[in-house]
Amino acid sequence: MRMRSEAMTGMLPAMPLAVLFLFSFVVPLLVLIFLSLFRTPQFTEMGFDQYARFVGDGYNLKVLFDTLLLGVEVALIALVLAYPLGLAYVAAPPLGRTIITFLILLPLLTSSVVRTFAWIVILGREGIVNSAMLAFGLWDQPARLLYTWGGMVLALAQIQLPLMALPIINSLMRIDGNLTRAAEGLGASRFRILFTVILPLTLPGAIAGWLLVFAAAVTAFITQTLVGGGRIILMPLYIYQQAMGVQEWPFSAALSLIFTVAVIGIVAAVGAVSRRYMRGVDAA
Amino acid sequence: MQRSPQDRLYAATIGTLAGFTMLLLLAPTAVVVIISFTGGITLKFPPPSWSMRWYAELLVSDEIIQPALTSLKVAVMATIGSGILGTAAALGIARSRSRLARILDALFMSPMVLPAMAFGLSLLLVFNMLAIRLSTATLVLGHIIICIPYVIRMVGASLQQLNPVLITCSLSLGASRWYTFRRVTLPLIRRGIIASGFVAFLSSFDNVPVSLFLADARTEVLPIKLWAILEGSLDVRVAAVSGVVVIATLLGLIAAERFGGFARQAARS
Repeated sequence: MRMRSEAMTGMLPAMPLAVLFLFSFVVPLLVLIFLSLFRTPQFTEMGFDQYARFVGDGYNLKVLFDTLLLGVEVALIALVLAYPLGLAYVAAPPLGRTIITFLILLPLLTSSVVRTFAWIVILGREGIVNSAMLAFGLWDQPARLLYTWGGMVLALAQIQLPLMALPIINSLMRIDGNLTRAAEGLGASRFRILFTVILPLTLPGAIAGWLLVFAAAVTAFITQTLVGGGRIILMPLYIYQQAMGVQEWPFSAALSLIFTVAVIGIVAAVGAVSRRYMRGVDAA
Repeated sequence: MQRSPQDRLYAATIGTLAGFTMLLLLAPTAVVVIISFTGGITLKFPPPSWSMRWYAELLVSDEIIQPALTSLKVAVMATIGSGILGTAAALGIARSRSRLARILDALFMSPMVLPAMAFGLSLLLVFNMLAIRLSTATLVLGHIIICIPYVIRMVGASLQQLNPVLITCSLSLGASRWYTFRRVTLPLIRRGIIASGFVAFLSSFDNVPVSLFLADARTEVLPIKLWAILEGSLDVRVAAVSGVVVIATLLGLIAAERFGGFARQAARS
């Protein structure tokens, strides 16, 4: 009993934040669920109408699917870009490592509106890509790159790249040097070591990064709306329009809950599969 | 050691790909700084001529300066609030193995997992229900919740590194809990607190999903203002704002590295 009360005293400093979270985080989310169960924006009758409305209309499902697809594509591109950077980091001397760390941290810390703005400059009609292509005579007229799906995917992959690079570097640093040296001693080529030793061992880091980038890309309101443009409607913009534009409060509440469950569901599922895989590796 | 041609091919491949990624990481930031000195009236790249005109224009653009000041004010308050509450909470739960501590830890980290737009919308709905008018205070409250996970994680990581024997020693030598905290614990986790404060400040300053719902005409913040401007037209003044933000972030990063060993703190957590 004494032990117990001592443990409780030790946790006292956490209580103010616990109370704050209860009233300004837990309660609001419960309210969000409650309000999504009303049939009309006037909050008169209750029912599952908002959810039925979501599932019943193909447009809603397409918006959700496109948003999740965007996350998958962005995270895959970021993964391909980040791996060589991680390998270079591990092989680099201390100064090289410091430079790479700063190259990763600077965009991570720079405002997302600023990073998005950079891509508007790069992809715009008179932007870098068009200027270069016209100057080299590869294109005879400027191409539309801004306000396209491809442009949006590329911009988001670059913008979220640091989230992928950090966990990959972390897991590469943890590899026991004896393993690669043993493979080398047994005559394996560098490529063989990469594919049979390094990649499998860093899979957890890659999956962690993949999930971070996925979650960041699907919710990236600013980049989606400014680089993708108003014609590509994805969940964040859709929620915003329904709430602030047409004030469909119950429907916007239902939309944000469906979106939240979808994102957390995918993150949890991928995480669970990767943990199972890891147990397999440990057992082997 | 003898290197085979294949090994050299490997080094060349990785080197080229990594170089490309490094360029990709740096280029957008560089592009923003370069375009901010354009003398033209469009975002043409490379700029047709050079000038400081957009920075001069910025100085007289009250509709951008006001949101920037609001953002700074909100970010400072959210950093202080989340720093104090978060550090205290980290102290309470970091070393406890009780079930309640694990639950609280998961709760405090959950704003990071939850899509923040749902949280922003839910706070707005609650304020509407209780007829609470949106203000700087309501905005700061939302931002504190968003900043907490960074503080819990980074300060928590510092606490994990702390040798508990030091605290036991201090207590057994007769120092009070408060004295021990001030003279032993705090100096040892100072770097973690500074680093987490830096991240909390930036994540509040840059926050969109919560501000989108909680900032109104009187509490307009910079990211939302810039978004609204760019939705309407490709205004070159945004380039000058971006230039200022990039330089300020760079200086902040150098300062945080100098005083907080930021890179190591960030890598550790």
